[in-house]
Amino acid sequence: MQSITQRLANPTQFMRLSARLLPWVAALAAAIIAYGLYLAFFVAPPDYLHGEIARIMFIHVPSAWMAMACYALIAVSAFGLLVFRHPLADVSAKAAAPIGAAFTFLALFTGSLWGKPAWGTYWVWDARLTSVLILFFLYLGLIALRSSIEDETLASKLTAILALVGIVMLPIIKFSVDWGNTLHQPSSVLKLGGPTIHSSILTPLLVMGAGFLVLFIAMHLKAMRNEILRRRVKALQLAEVARVQAGQVTAAAE
Amino acid sequence: MSAFFTLVARDLKLAVRQGGALGTALGFYLIVVAMLPLGLGADLNLLSRIAPGVLWIALLLSALLSLGRVFESDFEDGSLDVLATGPLPLELIAAAKALAHWISTSVPLALLAPVLGILLNLKLVAYPMLVATMLIGTPAVSFIGAIGAALTLRARRGGLLIALLVLPLYVPTLVFGIAAISAMLGPDDVAAPLLILTAISLGATVLGPVAAAAALRTQMQ
Repeated sequence: MQSITQRLANPTQFMRLSARLLPWVAALAAAIIAYGLYLAFFVAPPDYLHGEIARIMFIHVPSAWMAMACYALIAVSAFGLLVFRHPLADVSAKAAAPIGAAFTFLALFTGSLWGKPAWGTYWVWDARLTSVLILFFLYLGLIALRSSIEDETLASKLTAILALVGIVMLPIIKFSVDWGNTLHQPSSVLKLGGPTIHSSILTPLLVMGAGFLVLFIAMHLKAMRNEILRRRVKALQLAEVARVQAGQVTAAAE
Repeated sequence: MSAFFTLVARDLKLAVRQGGALGTALGFYLIVVAMLPLGLGADLNLLSRIAPGVLWIALLLSALLSLGRVFESDFEDGSLDVLATGPLPLELIAAAKALAHWISTSVPLALLAPVLGILLNLKLVAYPMLVATMLIGTPAVSFIGAIGAALTLRARRGGLLIALLVLPLYVPTLVFGIAAISAMLGPDDVAAPLLILTAISLGATVLGPVAAAAALRTQMQ
């Protein structure tokens, strides 16, 4: 009996399964996000201090969650590649990096838009903001390293090493920038003793979080499919070139 | 262990006899610090306040300049393959090369820093702490830098890439280096940031060679 990861190691099986899943996952993401946006705009009350502008939270907080979750996924994929040599692990890591960078950028961008009315400035060098910015740089580093090495197998292994170094360094970086004082509010959903925000805001936030998670899964599946197809096209092209060259050699010999 | 020190001695000898590398790094350090008052204006109070940060950041950039060379020439002429067949594990080879980089580049930069501090009107009480934080923190610079050097060996435009990969990882070193100097100038406790800086350096001397060796191993197959 094969485990699910072993069965998915066959790209053909993965392509078949993901083709069947993808429309459902994408539709589910659209439905949850639509419901979440409805809750966010029409059900959740405006903030007593910041008014309507606080609704940006429903995009900002899920983006930040996804930014971190995506790096965790990359690190797991990197581990899967280096330790288990799972054939799809590298496809997963490569596909996740730009998506994670996009979510990180979205978190920074919406946070900046929120910061202007709430704090009076678009940007402060505060612990949370700085650590997310550095996370963004780590994503850029992963993408840049991969794109600047020609040999794809080598690029995937080196990128995996960098991703694992990043996962060791991230808590230290986070901790080091926490050293300073912070303007950003502390975590209020995921903490000991339960969430400290009212359910009228917490519910839409969690719905949006779930929506972003499903959206991420949909985009990740799609990006993985694209990457597998791209590799197949490349392999076919290389085979074609080899065939043509072999033909020329035999023609010259005759 | 003697093989380890032989390798360190060999790299140091190469660094001295090839010349150029250290001079370039020191010259770069000097010119970056000298350009700064020209850009910011010669307000001595301002310069004195930002001096520790400027000296630290310029040191990181100068050390980056020479990082690309840590493995490059040995990788290109095949010495690294010969070393890999020798008695030392690849981790210790990477550690020896990072240590040689620390001695040949980071320490001279750290010793030049107080001289440049004069240019920036750094307060006299801060000098011992400046040199102390740099000597304690620069092993992290060399050993984390070795990871970047190993990862970018076969990359195009490796020099620029190394900065993008390594600078984010330097954040903790920079933050606690500056924190210790500010604590010296202010009312805060100096011991805590200094101890954390030491911990970061020690952690980097363990993590750096392991990750660098993993990167080298994939490229030497």
